[in-house]
Amino acid sequence: MRTLKFLLQKEFRQIFRDPAIIRILFLMPLIQLMILPRAADYEVKNIRLSVVDHDHSDYSRQLISKVTASGYFQLDNYSNSYALGMDAVEKDKADLILEIPANFEKTLVKEDQATLFMAINAINGVKANLGGAYLRTIIQDFNQEVRMEWIQFPRFSPELKIAITSSNWYNPSMNYRLFMVPGILVVLVTMVGSFLTSLNIVKEKEIGTIEQINVTPIRKYHFILGKLIPFWVLGIVVLTLGLLLARFAYNVIPQASLLTIYVFSAVYLLAVLGLGLLLSTYTANQQQAMLLSFFIMMVFILLGGLYTSIDSMPAWAQWLTKINPVAYFVEVMRMVILKGSTLSDIKPQLAVVSAIALVLNGWAILSYKKRA
Amino acid sequence: MPAVIAENIVKRYGKKKDTVEALKGISFEAAEGELFGIIGPDGAGKTSLFRILTTLLLPDAGKATVDGLDVVKDYKEIRNRVGYMPGRFSLYQDLTVAENMEFFATIFNTSIEENYNLVKDIYSQIEPFKDRRAGKLSGGMKQKLALSCALIHRPSVLFLDEPTTGVDAVSRKEFWEMLRKLKQQGITILVSTPYMDEASLCDRVALVQSGQLLSVDTPAGVRGAFGKPLLAIRATKMLPLLDNLKKAEPVIDAYPFGEFYHAVMQPGYDEAALRNYLGQKGHEDIEIHSIEPDIEDCFMDLMKN
Repeated sequence: MRTLKFLLQKEFRQIFRDPAIIRILFLMPLIQLMILPRAADYEVKNIRLSVVDHDHSDYSRQLISKVTASGYFQLDNYSNSYALGMDAVEKDKADLILEIPANFEKTLVKEDQATLFMAINAINGVKANLGGAYLRTIIQDFNQEVRMEWIQFPRFSPELKIAITSSNWYNPSMNYRLFMVPGILVVLVTMVGSFLTSLNIVKEKEIGTIEQINVTPIRKYHFILGKLIPFWVLGIVVLTLGLLLARFAYNVIPQASLLTIYVFSAVYLLAVLGLGLLLSTYTANQQQAMLLSFFIMMVFILLGGLYTSIDSMPAWAQWLTKINPVAYFVEVMRMVILKGSTLSDIKPQLAVVSAIALVLNGWAILSYKKRA
Repeated sequence: MPAVIAENIVKRYGKKKDTVEALKGISFEAAEGELFGIIGPDGAGKTSLFRILTTLLLPDAGKATVDGLDVVKDYKEIRNRVGYMPGRFSLYQDLTVAENMEFFATIFNTSIEENYNLVKDIYSQIEPFKDRRAGKLSGGMKQKLALSCALIHRPSVLFLDEPTTGVDAVSRKEFWEMLRKLKQQGITILVSTPYMDEASLCDRVALVQSGQLLSVDTPAGVRGAFGKPLLAIRATKMLPLLDNLKKAEPVIDAYPFGEFYHAVMQPGYDEAALRNYLGQKGHEDIEIHSIEPDIEDCFMDLMKN
């Protein structure tokens, strides 16, 4: 016990004597949480539209003003030849071409139907998809209006119509920040846990102090606990800081008790620290540890359901996310903060993450050797 | 009972085809309270040997005991009893002098006060700087701190791996003075060094080269075993002199040594003939002294055979 106390004292002294670490620990969450949720937004805005209008009619103008009034599009190019419109796309000055054929108005009025042509620059898949979908919706709306204007509906509509109204549960205004902030918090806690632990132990290897420690009668579990506890505490501090920021900067108020978040985080941090520990036993210097942690973090985060939905991944990738602790934490954070889940709701996730923590730490302890 | 016994220790590095045999069967004994020197050039295997004896490395073959305990089986107990000072400074540079001392005392379950009289001579020299971070100390002070930390738990055997490498001549002298005092306290000290002049300060020395022991003897014994006449020679035109000496009939070996050349001679050589020969080769002011070999001469001799 006394040994452990001194190990902890030494570890904390070293951490607090490294001003860079402290700065990074406190500035990283601040910057990430202040910038990322505002920037990483799924809503696509400012889609640059190039309109090729062969009609120059009243309707074509109405359509164009309806499109630009939506706020999603900005009219960058207005011409009367498709070649000119395409030219704008090729020079990357437009994302989308809307071609209005000649006699658009005439055919629409006379024959009750007209065609429009839409060409989408699909280099940026998300933008192309969403842009096309937005435009289609706007044109449908426009269509509806035209119909209202021209067709006298009978008292009972002869066509069957299904009207859909929807409401967004748990996030009524579809506020992306509510969705992103908990996720970014997860990334932060994960980085503090795994990067700092692995780098710290590898540093002892690099400067040779581990040699001096190994020749002492210090116990393996004392040494490992002496490394895990400080970074566990730091992880909790960073989480608290992040939750406070989320509360005051984004008004993200967890729907359920904070205790649930802390209980899960406590276990989750053990898993992440175990990962850091494991990495440090397989690497010889800080560069290797850094690169390896970075690689694993990338995979974890991209397969963690933070930016892309896990449900839309192929089956094999979904299977991979089952062993990804980040995916569980992202899920739990959103469940607790948005939906108000309680401890009993997150039991399955808690069980899996506990198992991951057990495996990673056990593996790390077994592979850490006090001698070669 | 000897404090350290090594029997036929073998250590190989690398895998399958690409193996390097760092230790090729080393055996020696160091008696209790002895100041035992292991002398050898870089890459001789000194550090590997020390790491095996301090239980940091497993030997591929052979047996070793420290304080009567087996280095493989009883490694836990050995770690309580030995002090190890690696060649590279490996204390916490971001902790202060006092914090480092306190830390190592605690993990050995003791305190600075308890063994203060053992480290007093050494630690008192750096105590004025006890609030300075270890990384900010000068080379000589770092070394004193490392020695104090290795001693704080009153080890029965102390392993010092090249403690004087990269240390100035005055500090080196001081350091050996400290070792002599420690020896009086009954601590067995094993010290490795690439400097042959330090060998004469040990009770006994083992000469190691490429993983093999060349001899284990007292410094006087090593010198006594030389058994051949040795000359120190100086003349004009030093550059061709070495070549000419090597070509001379009664000269077994010649090598530079300070401002002289040392020449190992066949027994019963003729000094006048040698002087004559060198004169014929155009050297003037020829100085020839018959000298006693020192450890370095012996080592050169052993290395070549």
